[in-house]
Amino acid sequence: MTELELPPIDYAAIAPILIMLGAAVVGVLVEAFVPRRLRHPVQLPLALLAVLAALTMVVVNADKRVITIGVIAVDGPTLFLQGAILALSAVALLLLGERVVERGGAFVAQAAVTADSPEDRQQAENAGGAGEVYPLTTFAIGGMLIFVSANDLLTMFIALEVFSLPLYLLCALARRRRLLSQEAAMKYFLLGAYASAFFLFGLALIYGFTAGLGDRAAGVDFATVNAAVANSTASPVLLFAGMALVAIGLLFKAAAAPFHVWTPDVYQGAPTPLTGFMAACTKVAAFGALLRVFHVAFEGARWDFTPVLGAVAVLTMLVGALFAVTQTDIKRLLAYSSIANAGYLLVGVLAPGSEGLSGTMFYLVAYGFTVLAAFAVVTLVRDADGEATHLSRWAGLGRRSPVYASVFTFVLLAFAGIPMTSGFTSKFAVFGPALDGGQVWLVIAGVLTSMVLAFPYLRVVVLMWLSEPGDSTPTVAVPGGLTSAALVIGVLATLVLGVAPSPLLDLASSAADFVR
Amino acid sequence: MSDFPFLSVLTVAPLVGAVVVALLPRSRPTLAKQVALGWSLLVLALSVVMWVTWQVDGQRFQFRESYPWIPTWGVNFTFAADGIALVMLMLIAVLVPLVILASWHDAESSKRSVPVYFALLLVLECTMLGVFAAADVFLFYVFFEVMLVPMYFLIGSYGGHQRQYAAVKFFLYSLVGGLFMLAAVIGLWVVGGKTFDWVALSEVDISTGAERWLFLGFFIAFAIKAPFFPFHTWLPDAGGAAPAGAAALLVGVLDKVGTFGILRYCLPLFPDAAQWFAPWALALAVIGIIYAALLAVGQNDLKRLVSYTSIAHFGFIGVGIFAFTTQAGTGAVLYMVNHGLATGLLFLVVGMLIARRGSALVSDFGGAGKLVPVLAGVLFFAGLASLALPGTAPFVSEFLVLIGTFTVNKPVAVIATLGIILAAAYVLWMVQRTTQGTLNPALTEIDGMKRDLNLREKVVVAPLIALIVLLGFYPKPVTDVINPAIQATMEDVGRTDPAPSADTVQEASR
Repeated sequence: MTELELPPIDYAAIAPILIMLGAAVVGVLVEAFVPRRLRHPVQLPLALLAVLAALTMVVVNADKRVITIGVIAVDGPTLFLQGAILALSAVALLLLGERVVERGGAFVAQAAVTADSPEDRQQAENAGGAGEVYPLTTFAIGGMLIFVSANDLLTMFIALEVFSLPLYLLCALARRRRLLSQEAAMKYFLLGAYASAFFLFGLALIYGFTAGLGDRAAGVDFATVNAAVANSTASPVLLFAGMALVAIGLLFKAAAAPFHVWTPDVYQGAPTPLTGFMAACTKVAAFGALLRVFHVAFEGARWDFTPVLGAVAVLTMLVGALFAVTQTDIKRLLAYSSIANAGYLLVGVLAPGSEGLSGTMFYLVAYGFTVLAAFAVVTLVRDADGEATHLSRWAGLGRRSPVYASVFTFVLLAFAGIPMTSGFTSKFAVFGPALDGGQVWLVIAGVLTSMVLAFPYLRVVVLMWLSEPGDSTPTVAVPGGLTSAALVIGVLATLVLGVAPSPLLDLASSAADFVR
Repeated sequence: MSDFPFLSVLTVAPLVGAVVVALLPRSRPTLAKQVALGWSLLVLALSVVMWVTWQVDGQRFQFRESYPWIPTWGVNFTFAADGIALVMLMLIAVLVPLVILASWHDAESSKRSVPVYFALLLVLECTMLGVFAAADVFLFYVFFEVMLVPMYFLIGSYGGHQRQYAAVKFFLYSLVGGLFMLAAVIGLWVVGGKTFDWVALSEVDISTGAERWLFLGFFIAFAIKAPFFPFHTWLPDAGGAAPAGAAALLVGVLDKVGTFGILRYCLPLFPDAAQWFAPWALALAVIGIIYAALLAVGQNDLKRLVSYTSIAHFGFIGVGIFAFTTQAGTGAVLYMVNHGLATGLLFLVVGMLIARRGSALVSDFGGAGKLVPVLAGVLFFAGLASLALPGTAPFVSEFLVLIGTFTVNKPVAVIATLGIILAAAYVLWMVQRTTQGTLNPALTEIDGMKRDLNLREKVVVAPLIALIVLLGFYPKPVTDVINPAIQATMEDVGRTDPAPSADTVQEASR
């Protein structure tokens, strides 16, 4: 009997993933063995350290271009996106770990307590938040790191589950308005399960399609799929159906229309720091996967998928912009804005060549920091019952707390794409290559929806500055050090990427090449 | 001295001043005003030096500076001024200190921070200077958009009645135009070979179809900004709601970005499309002249009335630009300057009148001249300047536009001339109903109406009156600067002036 030969593993290349997953396991052990009052002080530094260590490994790996074990591709886009996920996660972790704004943090102490029962009211008042938030988040980050580096569809599917399942759970852990939070988690879970099933089914069809390759074995790694798209003798129906189903699974995570319906409810119901984490990091992960799947695996079918994905992009922009106009809740408004931004990102995905790729990656980073800053402000505007998210409550906020109103105004101007903010440079980064690639109609749709989107943003600015404060205008809580840090990082990144985007743009350009 | 980086220093200086003023404590409003005034005077002094350094028979673009900004996209901080930009920069530098002086007490009535008001004015000055000084299309776009933000807060936070509505309308209209322009800017960048440099782009050959679309993208943005009929509806609201000083800058300078943009970008970059669209643009301009003048006649709100007169005047500027003759073009640019002076003065005077009466309605006045004779006299003068009475500066420009147009397009010139008659109607009626006739008894009971112009206000109006008269009799210093730039622009478009025949010379002089 010959010995089973293990494929060589480049441990350095996958070190960021190993660090995050290892830290998650350690986090679970901490939760089991460390006394309750020490858990938070241990867990948060542990998670942050893990993120920083992983980020360091990404930087160390900067010049690596390998496919290890056949399933993990470590190349420019992977490293850039992993770096982006980790950097954004670090900021999000600061928000998740905040315990000063609300006693015990934004998370419930015991998720099993019946909502609105006397015990629940008691825990909402003073119990410390659940510590399992940190290992769950760390698992999710680890999953995202795999997701953007996966080099075959099956690994990608597993990564999808690894980062989705913790997110479903985390959504249900809000300290306040728990029914809303649980409903959001349920919705997210059910629809997410459907999306995963679609993805898996598509994967199976693609596998069948690759069986038509005469000279090599069937498989779902991207090189095989790429070869099959060019030469397979199998029915193209398998390819198109498989491609569509895989795309549905990914577009669901990216919150693109018509697979966006979960977004507003989940964004609203989830604990706000987590909403920020999802809006920033999940977006990076989902679009990282979309980029790799469409630029590497299905590159040969570009002419076939471009019109369909283009239609999805236009629909996404339209839905996001038009529904944002009618929203009365700040979190839902930001959710629709996030949907519209998914549309702009899709424009970047469809822009051919490395310029579209680097533009999209730049957009992901820029948007992530801005949206984190936005949700950081949302966590601060609160009254006795928790966050005051209804827009009418924000009236006159500029008079009550000019600093935070200014910060939020700046963030909204960035969303609206006013120059000197990253919102403008990132729009340019995706629209330029798209127009260069001949996607005129996508750019026009992008510009037109930007006009519509400006209105809801401006309405919030008007509410904050030009309306008189009413009796119900909440105060802005004094943020703890963590939220302040997150806010400062988010706003600074928005400003710096708007005024001097060159370093990051150059980095994105030099990273914009997939290994195949 | 010509190596001195005038344009970048001029642009950045007000911004530094704005930061200084904004950081002053709220409890020291007077200090904030003094610093803001001093700073704007410094900017004025610098721009006077720049004016003196300008070589009239030198190159088309002078004071060129360029620093890399985003090399990946070919974006540079490129500043350069031609004669058109130079006179606009001067206009801004002159108007801002006067506006600051005129707005001395404006911010106090609004319960909001006084230092912030003056800081916003300085930020606005920075963006306005930048937009005229930029010679990189990307940089121009950046200033064009950022300019909205301080103006939005000036109107929205410190304005009068309906300020929220007006501020939002102003912002949305301009932003929509700006986004059309953004699409065109990206398009231009793509067809121009990934550069934003104005000089390089002006040498690019663009296919006819693309050229027309790009022209439209820019033109819509500028037509909204100027504003031309039918994109004008935001201006009366914004002008009516803005504090008088901000309104003077809004109409006097900010709107000129539209006409300046057409001259600097639409014509030289897309010459064929400009010719193709010229009849339509002329039609819009002529409709604007007549329509806005008619609306102005019917206004009862002083600031809205002045706003409508401006739309009519922008019609004249539009006619001058799209007539494609050197005379008309020079007239249009001169009009931009003179209109800034005359309408700026009118807005400021009207603002002084409104501040005294506490109402902007014409019907709330009547015979005010008996109470405040000097103020009424200045209003009368500003009105006469606005209707282009010979001897005042606007007459020269209006006359140049009309004769320059008449040589190539008689119907347009004839219809536009009707606008002069309507101008007389709206100005004289306004003056008559507010300051002449029998004294409105309600006015005598208002303390404010018993105070005529004080020293501060006299200092505000005197330079403007002096300039209007001076340029009315001796426009040569300004036209000498404008003329070469306009000739170059007309060469870009490929139009030469028709050779004067005995016939046209006679008609023109008639």
